[in-house]
Amino acid sequence: MTPDQATPANPTIDRVAPRRSRMKNMFREILKAPITAKFGILVILIYGFVAIFTPMLTPYGETEIVGPEFDVWGDTFILGTDGLGRDMLTRLLFGARNTVGIAFLTTVLAFLIGGLTGLFAAIYSGWFDQIASRIVDVLMAIPQLIFALMLLTIFGTSIPTLIIVIATLDATRVFRVTRAVSLNVVVLDYFEAARLRGEHIFWLCIREILPNITAPLLAEFGLRFCFVFLMIAALSFLGLGVQPPTADWGSMVRENAVLITYGDITPILPAIAIAVLTLGVNFLVDWFLHKSSGLKDGH
Amino acid sequence: MVLQRFGLGLLTLFVVSMIIFVGVEFLPGDIAEALLGQGASPESVAALRHKLGLDVPAHTRYIDWWLNVLQGDFGTSLANGRDIAELIKVRLANTLFLALVAASVSVPLAIIFGILAALYRNSLYDRSVNVLTLGAVSAPEFLVAYILILYFSVTLGWFPSLSNVDANTTFFERLHRVALPAVTLTGVILAYMMRMVRASIINLLASAYIEMAHLKGMSKLRVIVKHALPNAWAPISNIIAISLAYLVVGVVVVEVVFIYPGLGQLMVDSVSNRDIPVVQACSMIFAGTYILLNLTADIVSICTNPRLLHPK
Repeated sequence: MTPDQATPANPTIDRVAPRRSRMKNMFREILKAPITAKFGILVILIYGFVAIFTPMLTPYGETEIVGPEFDVWGDTFILGTDGLGRDMLTRLLFGARNTVGIAFLTTVLAFLIGGLTGLFAAIYSGWFDQIASRIVDVLMAIPQLIFALMLLTIFGTSIPTLIIVIATLDATRVFRVTRAVSLNVVVLDYFEAARLRGEHIFWLCIREILPNITAPLLAEFGLRFCFVFLMIAALSFLGLGVQPPTADWGSMVRENAVLITYGDITPILPAIAIAVLTLGVNFLVDWFLHKSSGLKDGH
Repeated sequence: MVLQRFGLGLLTLFVVSMIIFVGVEFLPGDIAEALLGQGASPESVAALRHKLGLDVPAHTRYIDWWLNVLQGDFGTSLANGRDIAELIKVRLANTLFLALVAASVSVPLAIIFGILAALYRNSLYDRSVNVLTLGAVSAPEFLVAYILILYFSVTLGWFPSLSNVDANTTFFERLHRVALPAVTLTGVILAYMMRMVRASIINLLASAYIEMAHLKGMSKLRVIVKHALPNAWAPISNIIAISLAYLVVGVVVVEVVFIYPGLGQLMVDSVSNRDIPVVQACSMIFAGTYILLNLTADIVSICTNPRLLHPK
């Protein structure tokens, strides 16, 4: 760009230029990324697209019975039908919306609970920190799946309880990470200065700490999402998560498992869908961690 | 230090038991009402409450429950009235057998492959192992299990797809039947352990004494085995314990897939029947094992590290 083009005489270019260059930068980074990270981005985009536009992509309704039971792959039903005569492909696509949506919501909730308490624990490193940390210690001493099973026995299995139970259990991990990374910031001089200025707690969180812990938290979000996603899939597979007739990948595997013994691979398609998304997110996180290399290799 | 850890572990177990016990108290209504259903008369509910001992205060029941558990008495199942201790004994043995088979295969493999990946860091082997293990970590357990069934039991017919064992099954027959579930579990924890072993060895390789050993002209393998490995035992044993603890949870799904008569299967059945005493007992055993394994990891890492053993 020549100097005279950048003069204030042309304000629109001035305003647009930095935005475009950031987009360009991101695009360039992505182009430079290893093939695995590109795969991850592609997978996430496809899943997002399917989850948002599900009804437009599917020929039938989510729970609509459209044909004979356990029909084979063919022209009318591309992936055949399930035990009740519902179209497999339709349910597979709806599963993207339900399963991924529930897992995403749960992760967001877990980050709200765990992230906020973690931040507060780091800032008010007093009795609040002590109590919260001890509670988290105890909760983390029980295997998550077992604890979830027990809580679901007590509170019953519905989607809202599922989301709340798993989010609460997962918030313990988020709390640990947020607290640990924020503690590194809290001891720095500029944070001390902000505190002495008498800034409000929310200002401290949002303007002083959060910008400095975004990278590890983003990576953690990816890993947590995978974990929550697999956990909900496992629970649904056990028949204790998302309940029928909602199309969900975990319960779809369970419902159609009999077909496996006849050598049919249809029942494991939803499981493959789960694996591909987690793999994509893992690849992306792996690359992201490598780039922001503030964290150690591995976990 | 070790004693302190041990005490802490016991305390955790105690608090966990309290959570498991108190959780049930939050039930809307109580077990007696749940058992008899909505149409029950107040008298019959009261009678059942008395029979189950629900009319005494919660803290007395909690202490009684502990005393009974210490004597090996978990009470009786609500679903079929059988003694829970009897029910659990056989299944616990089955689960432990499965976990043991999986662990004895996966632990040595994980250490060897992890060291190799660290040794040839950034080589083609390392990178393909990285992609492969990430893939294995990403796949849900039941996917691995069903693919194994599809290939080894349906297509090739080498192994049975259902692992139904009972008291009369001989040892080798048993081994044959648990082969597929054990391989599934192995696959799941092998990937995780390998990644951790690799990461902890690579961390060590950055130390000054490793560079010194290299400068002395030692071979790569010798540096790893003589200098890196002894210092890596603490993190590695930690990783193994954590993976075994993970195994405790992993068995639940795998047992359901293969309809293996283990503790996980029992727990899942009891959860769907809302058979609370059985769920309590199973959770207690799972949580206890988990805590015990984590405790062992802590103690091992203290004992293998002289700096922790003699604090200033």
